[in-house]
Amino acid sequence: MSATGTEYLNEVAASDYEWGFVTDVESDTVPKGLSEDVIRLISSKKSEPRWLLDWRLKAYAHFEKILAERGFPTWAHLDYPEVDFQNISYYSAPNSKPKYESLDEVDPKLLETFERLGIPVTEQKMLAGVAVDIVMDSVSVATTFKDELAKKGVIFCSFGEAVEKHPDLVRKYMGSVVPHTDNLYAALNSAVFTDGSFAYIPKGVRCPMELSTYFRINAAGTGQFERTLIIAEEDAYVSYLEGCTAPRRDENQLHAAVVEIVAHKGAEVKYSTVQNWYPGDAQGKGGVFNFVTKRGICEGDDSKISWTQLETGSAVTWKYPSVILKGDRSVGEFYSVAFTKGKQQADTGTKMIHLGQDTSSTIISKGISAGNSQNSYRGLVKINPKASGARNFSQCDSMLLGDRCGAHTFPYLEIGHPTAKVEHEATTSKVGEDQIFYCQQRGISEVDAIKLIVNGFCKEILSKLPMEFAVEAQKLLAIELEGSVG
Amino acid sequence: MLEITNLHASIEDDGTEILKGINLSVAAGEVHAIMGPNGSGKSTLASVLAGRGGYDITQGSVSFQGEDLLDMDPDVRAREGLFLAFQYPVELPGVNMATFLRHAVNSIREHRGQDELSAVDFLKLMKEKAAFVNLDPSLRSRAVNEGFSGGEKKRNEIFQLAMLEPKLAVLDETDSGLDIDALRVVSDGVNQLRAADRSFVVITHYQRLLEYIVPDHVHVLMGGRIVKSGGAELAHKLEEHGYDWIKDEAVVA
Repeated sequence: MSATGTEYLNEVAASDYEWGFVTDVESDTVPKGLSEDVIRLISSKKSEPRWLLDWRLKAYAHFEKILAERGFPTWAHLDYPEVDFQNISYYSAPNSKPKYESLDEVDPKLLETFERLGIPVTEQKMLAGVAVDIVMDSVSVATTFKDELAKKGVIFCSFGEAVEKHPDLVRKYMGSVVPHTDNLYAALNSAVFTDGSFAYIPKGVRCPMELSTYFRINAAGTGQFERTLIIAEEDAYVSYLEGCTAPRRDENQLHAAVVEIVAHKGAEVKYSTVQNWYPGDAQGKGGVFNFVTKRGICEGDDSKISWTQLETGSAVTWKYPSVILKGDRSVGEFYSVAFTKGKQQADTGTKMIHLGQDTSSTIISKGISAGNSQNSYRGLVKINPKASGARNFSQCDSMLLGDRCGAHTFPYLEIGHPTAKVEHEATTSKVGEDQIFYCQQRGISEVDAIKLIVNGFCKEILSKLPMEFAVEAQKLLAIELEGSVG
Repeated sequence: MLEITNLHASIEDDGTEILKGINLSVAAGEVHAIMGPNGSGKSTLASVLAGRGGYDITQGSVSFQGEDLLDMDPDVRAREGLFLAFQYPVELPGVNMATFLRHAVNSIREHRGQDELSAVDFLKLMKEKAAFVNLDPSLRSRAVNEGFSGGEKKRNEIFQLAMLEPKLAVLDETDSGLDIDALRVVSDGVNQLRAADRSFVVITHYQRLLEYIVPDHVHVLMGGRIVKSGGAELAHKLEEHGYDWIKDEAVVA
């Protein structure tokens, strides 16, 4: 590659986070530290019922047990300092009026934040028909399109509201896919989660719009512990979008979310994510630690769960959206693009657990590494001894920009049934000099050539995203590559 | 248009000299054929003109429309009007032909101080130019060269030539791998693009192509030098007698 190409890649690798700013909103923050008292305080601030407090305390006890017995998970290809759980504040709510009837009542500064991120909420919901449940820090500040959803019987609200209004559903399903005992961060989330989103699609209903939530870490030094629960009853369909950006921060911020999806017989859930948390500066200082547990269960026969993600942010990403294929003929999909630059580290992938008969799963993962970053795919395909006729196709492609970054693939296969058909393909490529030269020979600059080639590499995945999200994702990727808003 | 003077080029990695003093002068509107046996340096000449990496220019100069070509980056050469039809067109997985060409056309237009083409005008242009080489319309919506047959790839090169309207087109063994029908289509396309202000350098191993694209001048490249030049009739002589007689002549000389 020519000198300018190398310079460009260095520039990309060194480019700063575009969206690091802090909104000046008064926050109601609990003092730093983690204890039973803090959990009681969170629960009382949220006026929670007793059963939920007990649930939190049980999870907290388990968290302490894991930490004491096993400590931090060390199996991932990641290198980061141990998190000091006592140095984090576990509750922060924008200190505005707690409930809003309409967007007009929302603190204009909050809305401005989203405007600056290029997400004009009002316009977006008008144009795209997207119901937006904005989670700023931990409390929902605006929910729209509720009436239209209510007509169909769809429930889409903050987790807190669901606890209040639909306690039976929450009690039945919370922790049913990701138990509080699952891992250290899931236990932590279960103990201290502050809010999140809840969606319930009744039997036979096709959700009339894409459901979408924007998460954002805002107050300094607060971790963010979201919980999302999506339930699709028999033959229901929903497409759910989650997009994140976070402002600049000097300390590492811990983000440990839990997402649970339940798909009953014949139901289909499509979950799409664009993740762009603050990745830290060129020296690797600051940046979000993103330890997420996302899992769905295809509970009923002929159900389907599909994860699509574009991961560009966070200093450290530890994330494996998974599907348990319990129902016969159920389908699990995982489509992922992970882009890392600077000193970012990503260890991401999926688990497909085949339990039912004739179940099938597809995994397509594209990793792009630039700068000094490390990008790993880690995936498990497990075929249970009773899962006859199971099929899996996995494809993991890595692309390297420059020669100081790393790409790694860790596929795990556990085949328990002789009829299983499992295919795995993996490739690693450098952006080819011959490809760049071909573009240049047509008058396209080296920088644009790299953008074109990277976009082409990811296209298969980006095209799986819902339309308006795909455009946003493509733009985000271009910005990431460019290091300046184009 | 193009003035090559005593051009020497070696492979960057090991210093092997491939071009050993090329002299060539191409005037506007002319078609020059460069023929020669394998390994004579034909493709290296094309690569060096287009600015491909991996070569050191050790001596000589190339002027293109009065400017120092060797001083320009490859993309600038393209914008200035130099086009290379690749011997082995490169696949760009996932990069849509229309997206790719729109980038190319608009980069060149911007360089010339012209406005960007609107999406509608661009698609119209694509449709019009694809007809030049009978390019299957479905190929235009596919990824660049991905899954194209050998013949489709070559046709696609000429299609791009038509789209970008260069001042100088270098065709690097465009005839290799083409059957007789495809060869005719490609040649017809090229002939339609011949113009008073556009020159061609046609690199080929066989005389066959030159029956369709009749050159004004034929040059024989051997051992990194042009050892013989003549008119179209030289190509016929080469077809009949092979390259050996020139080799003998060159040795005698």
